[in-house]
Amino acid sequence: MERQDTGGSTTLDQPFVTEPHSTAATKRSRSRVHSRGNRHELSSDDSHERLAETLGWFSLGLGLAELFAPRAVARMVGLQNDHRLLLRASGLREITMGFGILSQRRPAGWMWSRVAGDTIDLALLGTALVSSQGSRKRTAAAILAVAGIAAVDCFASRQLSRMVGWTSDDGAILVKKSILIDSSPEALYLFWRDFQNLSRFTEHVESVAIYDRHQSHWTVKGPAGYRVEWNAEITQDEPNRKIAWRTTSQADIRHTGSVEFTPSPGGRGTIVRVEMAYDVPAGILGASVAKLFGTEPGQQIQSDLRRLKQILEVGEVLRSDGSLHGKGILQQRPAQPAERHA
Amino acid sequence: MKANCWFGAGDVRVEQVPDPTILNRRDVILKVTSTAICGSDLHLYNGLMPTMKAGDILGHEFMGEVVEVGSEINNLQVGDRVVTAFPIACGRCLSCRKELFSLCENSNPNAWMAEKMLGHSPAGIFGYSHMLGGFAGGQAEYARVPFADVGTIKIPSGIPDEQVLFLSDIFPTGYMAAENCQIQPGDTIAIWGCGPVGQFAIRSAFLLGAERVIAIDRFPDRLRMAQAGGAEVMNYEEEEVYDRLMEMTGGRGPDACIDAVGMEAHGPGVLAVYDRMKQAVKLESDRPYALRQAIMSCKNGGIVSIIGVYSGFIDKFPIGSIMNRSLTIKTGQAHVQRYMGPLLEKIQRGEIDPSVIITHRMRLDDAPQAFATFNRKDDHCMKVVLTP
Repeated sequence: MERQDTGGSTTLDQPFVTEPHSTAATKRSRSRVHSRGNRHELSSDDSHERLAETLGWFSLGLGLAELFAPRAVARMVGLQNDHRLLLRASGLREITMGFGILSQRRPAGWMWSRVAGDTIDLALLGTALVSSQGSRKRTAAAILAVAGIAAVDCFASRQLSRMVGWTSDDGAILVKKSILIDSSPEALYLFWRDFQNLSRFTEHVESVAIYDRHQSHWTVKGPAGYRVEWNAEITQDEPNRKIAWRTTSQADIRHTGSVEFTPSPGGRGTIVRVEMAYDVPAGILGASVAKLFGTEPGQQIQSDLRRLKQILEVGEVLRSDGSLHGKGILQQRPAQPAERHA
Repeated sequence: MKANCWFGAGDVRVEQVPDPTILNRRDVILKVTSTAICGSDLHLYNGLMPTMKAGDILGHEFMGEVVEVGSEINNLQVGDRVVTAFPIACGRCLSCRKELFSLCENSNPNAWMAEKMLGHSPAGIFGYSHMLGGFAGGQAEYARVPFADVGTIKIPSGIPDEQVLFLSDIFPTGYMAAENCQIQPGDTIAIWGCGPVGQFAIRSAFLLGAERVIAIDRFPDRLRMAQAGGAEVMNYEEEEVYDRLMEMTGGRGPDACIDAVGMEAHGPGVLAVYDRMKQAVKLESDRPYALRQAIMSCKNGGIVSIIGVYSGFIDKFPIGSIMNRSLTIKTGQAHVQRYMGPLLEKIQRGEIDPSVIITHRMRLDDAPQAFATFNRKDDHCMKVVLTP
C-alpha cells in the first residue's frame, strides 16, 4: 500500500514550517542578525586554533619536566637547586593550563593565563639574574626564550579573543548585554535620550553635561576611585529605536556604544540591548582580573540595566544593607543597618 | 537595637547594631513582636550557604507592629500589626504579575551573584545571604521591610502572634508543596520529612482533598505529630521505605511525593555516606538522599514536589526514572504573597491551628542557644519562636 502524504514533503533545505507572510520588519531583523553573527565563526582557517594546541602541548611538556625533573630544568635556566619547590609549583601550573588549552577549541581564557604565567616567569628569572647566584649567562638566555614564547602567547591570545567575540578587529573589548523591561520603546527611548538620566541608574556615571543635541561631556567614577572624563557625540539617533554614540578626542576611556529598543513579542515589554566597544587599559587581562571582583564592564552594564529596569518598573532603585557600598563581593558590608549619618 | 547576627558555621551572636531606617519609598520599619528560626536557617548555621558575611542579621520569619512608613506606602499605617512574607517582591514586574513572587525581577540588588550560581536570579530574601540580596533579617528588635505594601498582611486584633507568625514562610511553603501535587480525590501523598514544613504539607494535603498521607521521618516525636495531623507514618531507620510504600499502595507508588527535607538529608546505607563525604569536601553542595527515594517511589506519571531547600548541585540524580516514567517535578521557593490572604482566612475559620508545631518559646537574647538546640534536635525541638 502506498503511503499518502497529507502535507508537502520536507527536504533538508526547506524550512519545516512555511511562514505565511514575511514582513519587511522580520526581513530587516533577520538580515541584522546575520550581519552581526561572528564572521570568524564560519571561517575554515584554523591556524590560530592549531597554534593554541601546540602551545598547549608545550605547556604540558614543560610542566611535566618542571614537576619531575626540577633539577635539570633549574640547571638549564641557570638557577640554583633551592628553587626546586618553586619549579614544581610552576610545573603544576603549566600542566593545568596545558589541559585547559587542549580541552577547548578556542581557549582564549586559558591562553591569557599563559600570558600571565609568562609574566610571572620573567619576573622570577629577572630576580635570579639580579641576585647573581647561579649562571647568569644561562638565565639571560632563558629570559630571551621566555620573552619569545610570551610574544607568541600574546599573539595567539589576541587572535583567539577576537575569534570568540571578546574583542573587535582593532582589539577593543566588546560587551553586549540586554534586559527585558516592562515598558514601551517610546518611554525607554525618551528616558535614555535625556543623558542626564544616566547618572540615576548607572553606578559609575557621576554627571553628564549636555552641550547641544549631539555633544555631551561625561564624568565617570573609574577603578580605584579616580575619575575619568570624556566628550561624546551622538552618531545615530532613531527615535524610539536606537541611539549610538562615540567618544571624541582625548577621552580617558575611548569607546563606542549603542542602545536599541525592540518590542518583545506578546506584549511583554521592550528588550533593551546595549553594545559597547572599549579600549580598556591592560586589555582582556585587565578585564579578566576585574571580572573576578564583579567590576568588569559587562558586569557593570548588566547591573546598570537591572537598575534601569527597577526605575522604569517600580520607580526607584532598591537598596539593601549588604549592597549599600556596591555590588562587588569585596564591596559587600554586613547585612545590618548602617550607622545613621548626621 | 539587638539583633541575632551570623559570624560563621555554628557561630551566631546577639549583638548591638544600628536601628534600621527607611531606604526606599515603599519600605516600612517594624517593631518585631515575634520571630522564628526556620529549618532553612540551619543551612546558614551549618555554613552550607555561600556568600554569607560576618555580621549578617538572620531571620526571615517575623511579624510586628509598623512604626514608620515610606512615602509611597498607602495601605499601611503606623500601629498596624503585620506578618511579613520571606521573599521580597515588587508586585509589578512580569513575574510578580503572574503571582510568582519568589521570582521577583526587581528585589535582588546582588542578582549577578545568584546568576553565577543559579543561571538566573530569584527574588531577594530577608537574612539569607548576599547572593539573595544582602537584606538584614528579622531576628531583631526592629526590621526594615522593602515593598511592604505587597509583602505584608495586616492581622486583625484578637488573633495571637503564634497563630499567624507562620504565614511568613512555613505554612504557605507547606501548602504550596501540597498544591503542587495537583491532588485528585482518592490520591495518596507521601511526604519525606516531618519537620515544620512537612507538618504543614501533611495538613494542607488533607485540606486539598487527599485520601491518604504517608509521612516519613526518623524522630518519634515528629512522627507522632504527623500522626496527630492524620498521616500514616513510617520510620526510615526501622523500615525499608520503598518496599513499605509499595506494599501500602498496591505496588503503584504514591500519586505524588513531597520532598520536605532538602539539602541536608540523612539516610541509611552506602549512598547516604557517599553524599555526606562529597558534601564535606565540597564536591557536592547538597545531599539528595530523600529526593532520590521520592523519585524512585513515585507512581508512573506522578508528581514529585520539591519544597526542601537545595542550593547548588547534586549527584546520582535518577533522571532516567523521571524520563522513562513520565514524572513531573514541581518546585520553587513559596510564592508567599499569593497564599497569605487565603491561609489567614483558613486560620480565622479554625480549619488549622499553626501554633501546634511550636515546641520552644525563648527570648531573642537566647538565639545562640536556640540555634544549637534546634540544630541538634535536642529536647524534641521542632519550632522555636523568639520574642525580642
